[in-house]
Amino acid sequence: MSISRKDVHYIAKLARVSLTETEEARLEKDLAEILDYVAKLNQVDTSNIEPTTHVLSLENIFRTDENRPSLQPAEVLRIAPKKSDGFVVVPLVIEGKGDA
Amino acid sequence: MPRTATTATELLNRYRSGALSPRDGVGHFLRRQEAVDGKVSAFLDTCREGIETQLKGLESMDKSVPLWGVPVAVKDNIVVRGRKTRCASKILEGFESPYDATVVRKLRQAGAILCGTTNMDEFAFGSSTENSAFQKTANPWDLTRVPGGSSGGSAAAVAAGEIPLALGSDTGGSIRQPASFCGVVGLKPTYGRVSRYGLVAFASSLDQIGPLALTVRDAALLLGVIAGWDPMDSTSADMPVPDYVKTLEGGVQGLRIGIPQEYFGEGLDAGVRENVELAIDTLRSLGAQCDPVSMPHTQYAISVYYIVATAEASSNLARFDGVQYGLRSSSENLLDMYCRTRDEGFGMEVKRRVLLGTYVLSSGYYDAYYLKALRVRSLIKRDFDEAFKRVDVLATPTSPTVSFRLGEKIQDPLTMYLSDIYTISTNLAGVPAISIPCAAGDPSLPVGLQLLAKPFDEATLFRVAHAYETKVGGPFLPDL
Amino acid sequence: MRMKRRSEGPFYRIYNKHERGGRSEEGRRKLDVGRETWDDPLRESAMEYETVIGLEVHVQLLTRSKLFCGCSTLFGAQPNSQTCPVCLGLPGSLPVLNREAFRKAVKVGLALHGEISQVAKFDRKNYFYPDLPKNYQISQYDLPIARGGWLDVGFEGGPKRVRITRAHLEEDAGKLMHVGKGGSRVDFNRTGTPLLEIVSEPDISSPQEAALYLSELKAILLYLEVSDCNMEEGSLRCDANISVRRPGSKELGVKSELKNMNSFKAVERALEFEVSRHRRVLEEGGRLIQETRLWDERQAVTQPMRSKEEAHDYRYFPEPDLVPFRISQAEVDEIRSSLGELPRERLNRFQTEYELSAYDAGVLVSDKALSEFFEAVCRAVPRPKQVANWLTGPVLSEMNARHKTIRELGLKPEALAKLLMRIEDRTLTNTMAKEILPALIDSGKDPDEVVRGKGLKQVSDAGALEPVVEQVIRKNGQSVQDFLSGKERALGFLVGQVMKETGGKANPALAHQLLLKALAVKKGGAL
Repeated sequence: MSISRKDVHYIAKLARVSLTETEEARLEKDLAEILDYVAKLNQVDTSNIEPTTHVLSLENIFRTDENRPSLQPAEVLRIAPKKSDGFVVVPLVIEGKGDA
Repeated sequence: MPRTATTATELLNRYRSGALSPRDGVGHFLRRQEAVDGKVSAFLDTCREGIETQLKGLESMDKSVPLWGVPVAVKDNIVVRGRKTRCASKILEGFESPYDATVVRKLRQAGAILCGTTNMDEFAFGSSTENSAFQKTANPWDLTRVPGGSSGGSAAAVAAGEIPLALGSDTGGSIRQPASFCGVVGLKPTYGRVSRYGLVAFASSLDQIGPLALTVRDAALLLGVIAGWDPMDSTSADMPVPDYVKTLEGGVQGLRIGIPQEYFGEGLDAGVRENVELAIDTLRSLGAQCDPVSMPHTQYAISVYYIVATAEASSNLARFDGVQYGLRSSSENLLDMYCRTRDEGFGMEVKRRVLLGTYVLSSGYYDAYYLKALRVRSLIKRDFDEAFKRVDVLATPTSPTVSFRLGEKIQDPLTMYLSDIYTISTNLAGVPAISIPCAAGDPSLPVGLQLLAKPFDEATLFRVAHAYETKVGGPFLPDL
Repeated sequence: MRMKRRSEGPFYRIYNKHERGGRSEEGRRKLDVGRETWDDPLRESAMEYETVIGLEVHVQLLTRSKLFCGCSTLFGAQPNSQTCPVCLGLPGSLPVLNREAFRKAVKVGLALHGEISQVAKFDRKNYFYPDLPKNYQISQYDLPIARGGWLDVGFEGGPKRVRITRAHLEEDAGKLMHVGKGGSRVDFNRTGTPLLEIVSEPDISSPQEAALYLSELKAILLYLEVSDCNMEEGSLRCDANISVRRPGSKELGVKSELKNMNSFKAVERALEFEVSRHRRVLEEGGRLIQETRLWDERQAVTQPMRSKEEAHDYRYFPEPDLVPFRISQAEVDEIRSSLGELPRERLNRFQTEYELSAYDAGVLVSDKALSEFFEAVCRAVPRPKQVANWLTGPVLSEMNARHKTIRELGLKPEALAKLLMRIEDRTLTNTMAKEILPALIDSGKDPDEVVRGKGLKQVSDAGALEPVVEQVIRKNGQSVQDFLSGKERALGFLVGQVMKETGGKANPALAHQLLLKALAVKKGGAL
């Protein structure tokens, strides 16, 4: 399984990173090398082996439904690159992902 | 001031005896920072303007709090309220955290004086601190060499005597490897031992915050302050925190130490091997029983790590998009704003890992890479479970080499990744590990001995490390 | 916790076969709240295609705090005032699950007859959007809160069973407002509000059925008190998948995903539009493409989303910041025992226990509080039909006119019961009782006190009424003649005149009696 330029282009778009031609070429080579290396995992027989997502066997960590103080809107907006009337402002979103 | 007074323990002793005031103690370190940081470049922000307020705050505080008046630096990926936290990345330009990390809150309560944030590889992606967007940190033992990474700034600052205690974060060795390269003590706690709340996430299932210090005792002191359950972190464990300092003196008599053969194979530098084997002999001479053990899946650790860690990182770093905080590249439309901000804001290594992580999670590749890696992760963890049925502690080199030269590996990411071989499994298995300096060897660069223990058995690590340290002397300090 | 307001009226619509033609105009009008017609514009070609609809409903769970942090979920606050590092996804923040949200989700799963996952976990759904601070949504992928289950829809001729695929918990996104050239504004207050996504199987076969499904679901959610289901505030949202196919065909047709429908009516109309569009395209030999379309309320059309977005690749993976959630059988049982009576059970009970019509029962049951009010009144006044008439008539009118719930109206069941008793004991006429209802509501006083205050007491004293009767007989010679010559109906007119003269206060039975007596005298004892 090796990675193509098209793949690099596709994942760069998914990850919202624009790349120059040179960067794309460089990353294609680097990623191919790394993916070649990690392919050694295929040597391991993992049938009947469960995946590990958490090393601790913690379960059921909840909080109670109580209110805690929120930040002041001013604190939220102070770090925003662009704001107006109490809102964070972003370049126009045409349409995209729906609201739900 | 002579270098013999630079541990936190000694500072506290002097404060308590009235021989030194916190103001003078802190002042000593600030002067040292001014004198040497031009050469070492360990600090990103020295936070000078906040120090006076903190010193004043000490007056109304119980003097018996564990770090009363002790200066502490934190890695630039641990948020401090009202201060810049940039993860050594341009993308967080202008970001000031509106909240404290849990460890920072605990430090404040313990009377510590926060004296600056330290340099790191951008978002902790690296093993040399060369991936910082702002500056390169030098190894205090040899200014042409790297301090290791990604907590290179914290390790170098401690080694150079600029700060007695520092916090780092460790996802695949980022505390231990720089500790090893800089000749200091660094501990990665058990996953869940220290709250991650306020640690800018790299790989959430692997990250832990841990202490860097000149001595084992200091590291134990600092871990005692930051450890413990935190209701803000679902993955933190509700386990009692022992008094690590109290149990330091237990010795190693009768302790069973396993030597995993897979950590002494091809690729291990001969000088490093010699030092580590000598250290193991020392432990044996102190009464420990050292026997070989096998960890057969060690060879797969790097592959598993670079899949799991980059997958999580690709998602964790998605939030840096120019919308709410940090850098925003000017643009007319949203998609363009995202792409340009992340292009300009992220360095090459960040892009590389974000893309790799995106790839292994993407449609069609999830099972082959990500899921496969999680299964092999189970086998790596099983190796540890098996080993710890037979031994109390494992002893290994921390890194296959001593510090390498600045620029030596930066163009070759895979080689850089491979240098994490001895530290990565620990994070995958979640077990605690400490790196302590072996007696300085040839070529007069520090070598780290790594000790690993069962989950939540940091106390044993400190005990063994302290026994060794007491035997061989130390701390070892570079001439600067 | 959310600030209350009224939504679009009775929500529990019951699809009744008779409604299409048989029901009285009055009944239809009442039933078709918010609709123009029950007529299916596509009936002509109904034999040629069948419609396949699946719904995805997002419902905000009613909790004090958000799903993963302690910020308030209250609607309508100042922009960006209910946010914290966690829901803003600030660097370093971590989620911790709200136990109440989890339990409410389990409750819904059980009410929908789903199987509760013994171990539920959360996953990250990765996509970039400015209302999603982390650019991933914490959701559930392969181990949702509940799987399977069903919802019975409609009732005449046997309810239609719509299967439920799953119900999973996730965090809501913020609100994005498009303000033209200057860009879009983001308010993160809603970010992180607990959202339960309920996905149906494609078992729904008409837009009307879809609306009924929504009504039924909403009724259940309100009965469970897990959500306020307020579509205007977005606490209940619905997306629909729709396709058409030839009857008997096993394969589904090409589907459209419909979004942006802000009311049940909009869902129904959007689906109607889309069904006819699909049929038209197919009939004209065209080809449909699978796409997401937005409902344009103003133009009443669906439009393809003009998005350059590539196919979604959400890169789901287990959320490392949250641990698995295991629920014991004991806790499942405990939650199950707290479900209480659900609307469909109550509907059936009202029809059997109180012998109410399906329509009356439906109107009452459509409002949990109103149905409880009904039962409270019935305990004092055991005439359920009369109580139901009063509630679905004058009381509901007052609620609608004042835009208030039965609770907000302030009318006590005891007060209404007493009012009805005063009709029974002839202190008041029905008309008088209706007239004093607004005053009763406004004052919150005892009905007798209101009656006294208004001087509205029915005149049942013969001595007081006799002069009026005399006067009416004097003034209406023609009617008296008519009556005396055998036209019984003239008596009714005369009673009416007595009522008129007394401003409605006369006891009609007494007036009737006194008139007969006086007219008998006139007839010379012939009666």
